[in-house]
Amino acid sequence: MFLGSLFTNRETFKTYYKLILDECISIGLGSLFLVALVSTFMGAVTTVQTAYNMVSDFIPDYVISQVVREMIVLELAPTIIAVIYAGKVGSSMAGGLGTMRITEQIDALEVMGINSISYLVLPKIIASIMMYPLLVIIAGVCGMLGGYLAGTLTGIITPTDYVYGLRSSYNEFTVIFALIKSVVFAFLVASISSYKGYYTQGGALEVGVSTTQAVTTSVIAVLIADYLLAQLLLAK
Amino acid sequence: MIKIENITKSFGDKLVLSEVSGVFEKGKPNLIIGASGTGKSVLLKCIVGLIKPDRGQTFYDGRDFYDSDRTTKTEIRREMGMLFQGGALFDSKTVEQNVRFPLDVLTQMSRSEKADRVNFCLKRVGLENVNSKMPSEISGGMKKRVGIARAIVNNPNYLFCDEPNSGLDPQTSILIDELIQDISEDLDITTIVVTHDMNSVMGIGERIMFIYKGKNVWVGTNKDITHSGVKELDDFVFANKVMNSLRNK
Repeated sequence: MFLGSLFTNRETFKTYYKLILDECISIGLGSLFLVALVSTFMGAVTTVQTAYNMVSDFIPDYVISQVVREMIVLELAPTIIAVIYAGKVGSSMAGGLGTMRITEQIDALEVMGINSISYLVLPKIIASIMMYPLLVIIAGVCGMLGGYLAGTLTGIITPTDYVYGLRSSYNEFTVIFALIKSVVFAFLVASISSYKGYYTQGGALEVGVSTTQAVTTSVIAVLIADYLLAQLLLAK
Repeated sequence: MIKIENITKSFGDKLVLSEVSGVFEKGKPNLIIGASGTGKSVLLKCIVGLIKPDRGQTFYDGRDFYDSDRTTKTEIRREMGMLFQGGALFDSKTVEQNVRFPLDVLTQMSRSEKADRVNFCLKRVGLENVNSKMPSEISGGMKKRVGIARAIVNNPNYLFCDEPNSGLDPQTSILIDELIQDISEDLDITTIVVTHDMNSVMGIGERIMFIYKGKNVWVGTNKDITHSGVKELDDFVFANKVMNSLRNK
């Protein structure tokens, strides 16, 4: 019913255009620094730990960057960043909508004859679906760059081997898979967080509860979806 | 004119409103009064459709609100303006953006027409040079006035005010009351004010509905209110020390 209300009694396209743009800036630019920072360190740590586990001299060094690439593209960039995304963007959505609910701002929209679900939630979901895949791409690039820096600066792997490993046995479907996951995760985080925030009842305490529930439920949904998508799209 | 018939609402086992009926005429403020927790705000929210009553109907100039389709409901709602207890201003928008908001979303007016209308409404409520301030930067009384400006900016036919004086000092309360009365008369709109403030009742209460334990117990004017003969109303009215001292004189 909640998702159905997004598309009934909508306002004009012009109204949504500006709202979506604002949300894109808030979600995209607002998360950029954290995503870049986390993914760079994830890439660096993955490189160091992969190298640590490579005990056989028969395994060439470039395998390290192959493993880093696969881990980052398949799992770390879309999924772990989704958990961080739920914590940052999801909590902000739930908190914002929850505060609007308890201060009667949502009621004010309804009295004006505006479909508040559509007006407030639809731009968030669309902006999330547009921006999160971009964040995942940036996370992937930063992760591999972090791995490169950690690997080459500490002498774990040479720059040539690292780049060779990234390029060898490359399967483009992993990137498509990561983007499919990112769209699904973006939708889940935005819709669950908006739902929790929109239906907040009570006062400031309940806004906090809604925010926590939004993050917890979003993370669980992301993990379940992650498994289901892997089973559906990768299982042989 | 707004007419309500047999509005009944329960939350779980608790009956909040029971068969409340009445007529709210245009041109003067219609007051719904009663002690805290008697169901005044719930009644107002049932009238504007924010809460769906279990039973009963609301007619806006003959148009049945609850039984109408979504389009008609939206049309009726776009003729409404509402002042909420806390102002309900949008935190992320300036005063000007708040007042302009209904025009931005609901009309095709040009930028200059909107600016003129916003400035007119802000001037009408006695606010000037506050256009660029955020809601957090203005006082409670100013927030209420901005709320009124936003409520009237789209030329509503129906104005609803939920406890417009709560949290305000007596002087500002009187200003807000007079503003609501003037706007109701000047624009010839149907205004419903929910309040428990006796100053408002005596000041602008030309049409009063008294709610007690979810029931419409008495209807009258501020001239009749002190000698209604209704015990529950007397208890409410003379709980105020000033009113009580006047009665004893």
